[in-house]
Amino acid sequence: MRHRQAIALLALVGLFVALYLWLHALGFGGPIKCGTGGCDTVQTSPWAVFVGLPVAFYGVVGYGAIFVVALVALRPAALLERKWNVVLAGLATGGVLFTAYLTYLELFVIHAICRWCVGSAVIITAIWIVSLLSLRSPETRTDPVA
Amino acid sequence: MNRFYVVIVVVAVVLAVAVFALLKQGGGASAAAAGPPPTVVDDGFRGDSLGSRTAPVEITEYLDFECPVCASFATIQMPTIKEQLINTGRVRWRYRDYPLPSHKYSRFAAHAAQCAGAQGKFIEMHDQLFYHHQWAQTGQDPSRLFRDLAKAAGVDLTAYDTCMREGRYAARIEVSRQEGDQMLVDGTPTFFANGKKLMFRRLPNSDDFKAIADSITRQARR
Repeated sequence: MRHRQAIALLALVGLFVALYLWLHALGFGGPIKCGTGGCDTVQTSPWAVFVGLPVAFYGVVGYGAIFVVALVALRPAALLERKWNVVLAGLATGGVLFTAYLTYLELFVIHAICRWCVGSAVIITAIWIVSLLSLRSPETRTDPVA
Repeated sequence: MNRFYVVIVVVAVVLAVAVFALLKQGGGASAAAAGPPPTVVDDGFRGDSLGSRTAPVEITEYLDFECPVCASFATIQMPTIKEQLINTGRVRWRYRDYPLPSHKYSRFAAHAAQCAGAQGKFIEMHDQLFYHHQWAQTGQDPSRLFRDLAKAAGVDLTAYDTCMREGRYAARIEVSRQEGDQMLVDGTPTFFANGKKLMFRRLPNSDDFKAIADSITRQARR
């Protein structure tokens, strides 16, 4: 249960990071708060759009999906079901692979680092590690059985 | 279990407030670009100009981007002046900033134009600011609109954002304003023809400037 709680909390933080970047991509709020010019370089690059939508939008959807699945998996009836760990690990793996691709673009194609993207990469990596740990140690019911 | 959901709700609220604050903060007019600079250093810049360098007449216009009369002049009179006098090589037009203290976002607009000018887009940004002059009537923070106008003017927004955040040309605008004081500019727009102040009882039009150009050209021939 602790694994799923940790994943839900991390996904919530990641969701708001992606939400900020998405709203900025939509034109809300003017210049991005970044500390360096890297975020603007990344956000205005051709790779900031993926299949017609801002990359941050996929972050919102991905983190949102992980958050909702983690909450569903935390229902008392679902606590003993291992399939939710598999679903979370699958979603996290997809997120990590997409993030690895974006990080590659930042480092070797765009040649700029966006701190918000680094933050998101750290969060999705942490979610992935926790989801793998949850696969290794199956959830045990901690609530009293009715 | 209930404690966990309380934590989730609290974290969500805190993050939502943080995102809102970031968006609001990010959209504000940079103080460095919106106000006078702490120190004034003359970089030798004497304004962007329009027209041939060999034109016999140079009109210098001291303008305030928030001034409605300047907007009327730029949108109603200037197209004809461009067509009849500037594009024909008779007149060169030089723009100088004279932000009036009564106008809240005048320096900010002048700075936006200078940041666009650094990319060779001063005239385009000048036109955007005057042709979309409703920002001067609302009193609302125009930083987002200016960014959109800069984009429409063909300005690279990454460099523009950095320029605006740093207030890179605040000193340049103040130097122009101080120069205007020395030239006895007493309102906007104020015009000079080859350095001589022009006096009008009403907003001048293309015929007025044509007459001035004719007069200067005639004197030069004698």
